[in-house]
Order: sequence, then structure tokens, then C-alpha cells
Amino acid sequence: MKTLTAFWNILIKDIRNYYLKPPNISWGIIFPLSWTLMQIIRSTENIDIIQLLPGLMAMSILFGTTSMLAVTITFERRGRSFDRLLLAPVSLSILVLAKICGAVLFGCLNAFVPVIFASFFVSLGGINWGILFTAVFLIALTSTLIGLLIAVSAKEVFEAQTLSNFFRFPMLFLCGLFLPIQQLPAALRPISFCLPLTYGTDLLKGTITGSSIMHSAFSILMLLAFAAGLFLISRRSIQKKWIL
Amino acid sequence: MEIVNVKNLKKLYGDFLAVDNISFHINKGEIFGFLGPNGAGKTSTINMLTGLSRPSGSEIHINSIDAVRDIKKVQRIIGIVPDESNLYGEMNGFDNLCFCAALYGMEKKEREKKAKELLNLFNLTEAGNRPFRAYSKGMKRKLTIAAGIIHNPKILFLDEPTTGIDVESARHIRKLILDLKDKGTTIFLTTHYLEEAQRICDRIALIVKGRIVKIGTVNELMESTMQGHIVQLTYQGRMETVQKELKEHFPGCTIKILSNDSSQLINKEPVPLFPLLQLLHNKGVSVYEAKEIKPTLEDVFVEITGLETDRANK
Repeated sequence: MKTLTAFWNILIKDIRNYYLKPPNISWGIIFPLSWTLMQIIRSTENIDIIQLLPGLMAMSILFGTTSMLAVTITFERRGRSFDRLLLAPVSLSILVLAKICGAVLFGCLNAFVPVIFASFFVSLGGINWGILFTAVFLIALTSTLIGLLIAVSAKEVFEAQTLSNFFRFPMLFLCGLFLPIQQLPAALRPISFCLPLTYGTDLLKGTITGSSIMHSAFSILMLLAFAAGLFLISRRSIQKKWIL
Repeated sequence: MEIVNVKNLKKLYGDFLAVDNISFHINKGEIFGFLGPNGAGKTSTINMLTGLSRPSGSEIHINSIDAVRDIKKVQRIIGIVPDESNLYGEMNGFDNLCFCAALYGMEKKEREKKAKELLNLFNLTEAGNRPFRAYSKGMKRKLTIAAGIIHNPKILFLDEPTTGIDVESARHIRKLILDLKDKGTTIFLTTHYLEEAQRICDRIALIVKGRIVKIGTVNELMESTMQGHIVQLTYQGRMETVQKELKEHFPGCTIKILSNDSSQLINKEPVPLFPLLQLLHNKGVSVYEAKEIKPTLEDVFVEITGLETDRANK
């Protein structure tokens, strides 16, 4: 019960304090939102919007979660308030979970901005919402953990954002969002399969456009494996870098 | 009864030895001062005791719990006030306190009640709904201390609690520290202010270059550097003419003439004032002030840390 109280309060504090921080607004909200609007306005035929939707959702999640982590972790590290969390009788795993939950939630909410816009133009009746929610959650979770790994290595918010872009943009182009993986140069294809976003995007494509290249169960398993691996690496990284 | 027991505590940062095999204990309910120059290893020691840093080797027992193995259990019973305020600038004072209480699993009603009590105790009730970043340095310090004690810790670690704040706030904080002691809280205090340590600490450890060079009560530390009993006299007359008689009456004493009207008489044994004053009066020296000079903690600190620093440099 005590652990749950601490967990809940860390989560609520992050939501209240950081959801509307300027770096989060610019990279986590305005950038995906303007990209979504731009693509939707540009699309003249309904079919384009459906084709674009998985990409826009994945991008909104990726930018939302990584920006949120860059803000929550680096702000607190710089102000030393993160030490307060490390000094509390809360296990490091619970602490990491509480920190990432706020970002996962933020990413999930971000993911549905393009869906809401798209719903005004096209019918979304054929979507398997169960798989879509699972995909959104797992993409948000893995992206958050990547964001956490980046944030652990950065000292300033701008540094974390720059470092995030170093990973975000190549990931967007390699995960099959804009260019199908089959059309990527042979040398780049193995890299694509090492990215969690590839499996998340494939899940989204499968449920929204019906054009996945992998079975949805396989993609879900891969995303779960990535999440577990990234969680352990992040936890270890925090322990190593912050508890000197 | 010992509540903190540290044996061979050591901290290496790469090749740099920040804390060098120190051992000490803290008794339940006492204020234990940890003094040393900048970079001596004070904060490194606190960080290791509280779980913010891993010791390179040692045994730490806090309230009979092995702190190296089970630091999270220890963190339930300790409070930490770092040298820099580390609360949340975006949140107001009341919310900061409630959040800190929540980290210890306190229920909502309980933490709100305790937060109000502490704001009142620290004279911050009016500032309670202002953002923490808008607080003055003294107010920030007070709220950080309040956050450190909101869960009623058995042991409180205070890292330079009065550094850089105004006199009134510092006095208030010192009073609060003594009140906490009266309520049974054990306090580990680091400070740069020797007068403060002398006034409120029961025992003091002096640390230089990662090593504890002296440990004891304030009196024990002062006695260790006392060269003898010193009586300082202010007078009218010529002290030079009575030096011989003084040495006859007080064998082994030395007389140090400071100025035309001031001298010090240094003796191994305490000097009885009446015979001394009578002798001087009979020899035409009119004494109008006589006082015993005792070394301050600052004298002890300078002597011990100075000597040790020199020795380490050599």
C-alpha cells in the first residue's frame, strides 16, 4: 500500500508538473500535431489518410514519450530533486515504473490526436481496436524506455532533446513508416528489425490498413521482449550512473 | 546505545580516495557533528550512509539494519536534508511537503495534517501556497528541513543546514534542531560554522582528506589541544618587574607579555586568582581584569586540521 501511494504520487506529480513544460509542448505536442495537420490537409483522397494514419500515430507516440522523459528526468536531475526520489524508501524498479508511466500515458494520448482528426474525414469502422490499443501501448512503452536511456545520459533538457533526435529521425525512416522495409537497401534491413518501432508500426499497419508483413502475435511478443530488455538496461544504467 | 555504527568506510572515485577507512558510531538521541574543510569527505560520507552513493568497502549498521545490503529499509527511518534545497520549484510549499510524505507511504489525511503542522512550526504558513521557486534562501532551507522530518525519522542527516542564510533563520533552524533532539531524534550534522557545532553538538568528528583525525565531545577536543591553563590579565604597572616572584609562587608557569598593559600567565595547574592578584597588588601592579582563556573549537579545528593537512602534504 505504501509503495502504491508513492508510485501514484510520483506519477501525478509528473503529469501536473511536466505535461505542459515548453520543451514538451514544442517536441511532444506541436511537432506531431502540425505534422498530422499538414499531412491530412495535403491528402486529397481519403485512402491517403488511412495509409498515413499508422505513421502519424507512431510518430506522435515516439516524439511525445521521448520528449516527456527528456523533460521529467533531466529537469529533476539538474535541480537535484531526483535525488529526493532516490533517497525515498521506494525500490528503483517502482521508481522507474512511476517515471515511465507518465510518459507512456502522454504518448498514448498523443497517439489518438491523428485518430481524432482522421475520424472527421474517413470511416475507421474496420479497425481492430483491441490490437490498435495494444500497439499504441507497446509503442509508447518501448519508446519511453528508449527516451529514459537517452535521458539518463544527458545533463540538460536541450542535450536530451538533441540526443533524442539523433535516434528519433533515423528510427522513423528505418521502421517502415515512410518506406516499406522491403524497399530499404539490403544493408539497412537488419537494422530495421532491431528497432521496436518496426514491430509497433507493423501492428498499426496491420490493424488500420491490413498491410502488415509480420503476424500480430509475433510483433506483440517482440515488443514485450524489447520492453523487458530496455527496462532492465535502463534500471541498471540509472543504478550505475546515478548511485555512484 | 549506538544507533549508527560505521566500520572502515571507504569511497574511491576512480583513483581518488574520497573517504579513507573511517570508523565511528553515533549514540541514540545525540547530535553528532561532522566537521572538516571543503572536500574533506563530509558529503561523500553522508551520501554513502543514506544510499545516494555506494561505499567502496565498509560495514554500516543503522538501527541494527545492514545499510549496505538493505538501504531501502534504512531509508524508511532516516530523514535527509542535503546541502542544496532539492524540492520542486513548480510546486508550492504545502504540495512539496505532501509529496515528500507520500514517498514514505503516508495517507492523504495524515500527510496534509503533518504538512500544515510543519508549515506552522517553520513560520511558513502564509508562504504555503506559493511556488517553492519564489521562496527566499532561508525559507527554502526551512522547507527542505520540514520535508526531511515529515515522516518522523529516527535519524536526521543535515548537510550544512545554516549555510548561506540570514542570522534569524539560522537561529530558528538551530532551535528546531535542538527541539528535535529533545524529542529523541538522533542528528548527524555537517557544518562549516564551528561556533554552531560547539553550541549544539554532543560529539564531534573532525575529518581531513577523507580521514577522521579527532573524535570526541567538545570538551575532550578542546582539552586535547590545551597547552595549560591560561589567565589573561589587564593591568596598570610594570609586569617585567614581578616576573621572578610570579615564577617562584607558581613554579613551572610561563609569562607571556602581550602589550604594555596585558599579559598571559600559562600554568599546567589551574591558577588560584586571589593569591595572584594579591601578589601583583603588593608589587604595584593594579589588575583591573583577569579572565581564563580557553581554546575555542576553531582553535582546535585550525590546529588539528592544519597539522593534518601539512602532514598529508608532506
